Amino acid sequence: MKTDGEVWVYIQRQGQEIAEASLEIFSKGKDLAKQLAVPVAAVVLGDEVQPFAETMSRYGAHKVYLLQAPQLEQYTTLPQARAITRLVKQYQPAIFLLAATPQGRDLAPRLASALGVGLTADCTDLRIGTYVDPKTKQKHANLLLQIRPAWGGNLIATIVNPETRPQMATVREGIMRLPEQQNSGTAEIITIQSGVSSEDLTPRIIGQRITERRVNLKQAKIIVSGGAGVGTKEKFHLIHQLAQVLGAEVGATRAAIDAGFIDHDHQVGQTGTTVRPKLYIACGISGTIQHLAGMEESGKILAINTDAEAPIFSVAHYGIVGDLHEVIPALMRLYKTQRP
Amino acid sequence: MNYQIIVLVKQVPDTKAISSKAMNPDGTLNRSALPAIFNPEDLHALEAGLQLRERYGGIVTVITMGPPSAAEVLRESLYRGADEVILLTDRHFAGSDTLATSYILSRAISKTGHYDIILCGRQAIDGNTAQVGPQVAEKLGLPQITSVEEIVQIDSGKISAWKGVERGKELLEVPLPAVLTVVDTASKPRPPSAKKIMRFKKAKAPGEATPEEAQALKDRGLLIREWNAEQIGADLSRCGVQGSPTKVQKIKKVVLKAKDIKQYAATDESLAQLLQELIQEHTFD
Repeated sequence: MKTDGEVWVYIQRQGQEIAEASLEIFSKGKDLAKQLAVPVAAVVLGDEVQPFAETMSRYGAHKVYLLQAPQLEQYTTLPQARAITRLVKQYQPAIFLLAATPQGRDLAPRLASALGVGLTADCTDLRIGTYVDPKTKQKHANLLLQIRPAWGGNLIATIVNPETRPQMATVREGIMRLPEQQNSGTAEIITIQSGVSSEDLTPRIIGQRITERRVNLKQAKIIVSGGAGVGTKEKFHLIHQLAQVLGAEVGATRAAIDAGFIDHDHQVGQTGTTVRPKLYIACGISGTIQHLAGMEESGKILAINTDAEAPIFSVAHYGIVGDLHEVIPALMRLYKTQRP
Repeated sequence: MNYQIIVLVKQVPDTKAISSKAMNPDGTLNRSALPAIFNPEDLHALEAGLQLRERYGGIVTVITMGPPSAAEVLRESLYRGADEVILLTDRHFAGSDTLATSYILSRAISKTGHYDIILCGRQAIDGNTAQVGPQVAEKLGLPQITSVEEIVQIDSGKISAWKGVERGKELLEVPLPAVLTVVDTASKPRPPSAKKIMRFKKAKAPGEATPEEAQALKDRGLLIREWNAEQIGADLSRCGVQGSPTKVQKIKKVVLKAKDIKQYAATDESLAQLLQELIQEHTFD
């Protein structure tokens, strides 16, 4: 049954939809598989998941593994972890990628622990490369290079798993591009009716509270963000006003959230959301490395800060050294006159 | 009921305090330049354990793995009300990745004998992996609830808790024993008690004391329990560097690229110019 080192991507579902994060990683997995000249496969779990196979085929999967059982329809850790562990042991992929979503980070460590393999969390990039063991000088070619920030974002570490298979990683959302969907696909579909045992250990979901996401930073074209430099919760109102005038979303730094200016759904940065808007307006943000990690890929960055030495200016395209409490009202007034 | 509650904690460098002073010229981190702190989410896990003890009765045992100096987080746990503390220390543990760490912790948890609830922070601020909790659960064959925002209750041998998921919250119920990882929006950690600081400030791990000192501390009940690899029956090939499948290929310091920045003065004229430029580039379309 051993297959020759496939690249697998776990497809996280949101009901009958595929989570965007999984599609992003699938697109990366496809690139990696191409470089290694191996098949890329999607792994989908649930009760009746045939339609997902067709979708993933159109996205370019060479293979789709469908693990089917009624108990797998709604995500709970143990039944899914056990079913996937068995599948991995049977088919032995070379690489197995999951989204670094709450669900992916609940599931992936269980799999790695059960399989006794290495796992790198929350990667921001993946590549194929070579690793030379510093002690034995043994050369390992065609390894998955797992790149992630470390030490609160101050370092970028490249991690490898030279000996164990599959090489596992969870990948941060919002970093990879979405794949293109073709009109048709030719994936081989492998359907496995998965027996779920140990029902006594099955967790039960006894309640759900769906909070409609009021803030959509990931999709925002313009973000107006405030930091500790805004000063008070009352003054943070200015950030909301500018955002409203520009039709923008409101972002914030960890410091602004900790100070109680706004709730944490708005957080941009390493522990918040990674954003890539066309325009990012940073108001009273000094630019900690954790914050910069979440916004430096924005198309244009406009920084407003009283401190000309603030690190935010090192990533900004436009800089205004000045007091945001004067600059923002001026910008709003001028914008209204210049843009009818 | 008398629940055996185990809390796993970690001493971490305060990554918020990282400045250029803490960086070596080659881009590596000078760990000694950073203050060592109690991992923030682990404090919330300890608080959750103490609250469960107050509601249902039980014993709270705090376990940490690290060098002898990591005993500091155990003292801090005693100041907040932990009943027992255990330090896992051995040179064979050094360099453990999350897989090896979870193996060592699971061996130690097994050695404690009976356990009902295992709590830890969702993740530590030095690595932010959130892997050790689920990996321990897997090694012990236990169910897990990760990212717990609120523990609701223990009833008929089952624990229920609200956990954060993609689109909101989920109330999960799992049978005990179980592993729960806690986030920092869970209940606020209590401050250390002055009385307990007085009582435990002299507590030390054997590795922090001379043999004579250790004996004297032991007589006064202030010697922190310490277990090494042999005492927890750990297979050395699964500990430390040897037991860690992940290897660091390279480390790079984050260097911010200097961009060509256009400076605008905070005057109407200059700001109007900036807006004009952004409008012409269709930034607002």
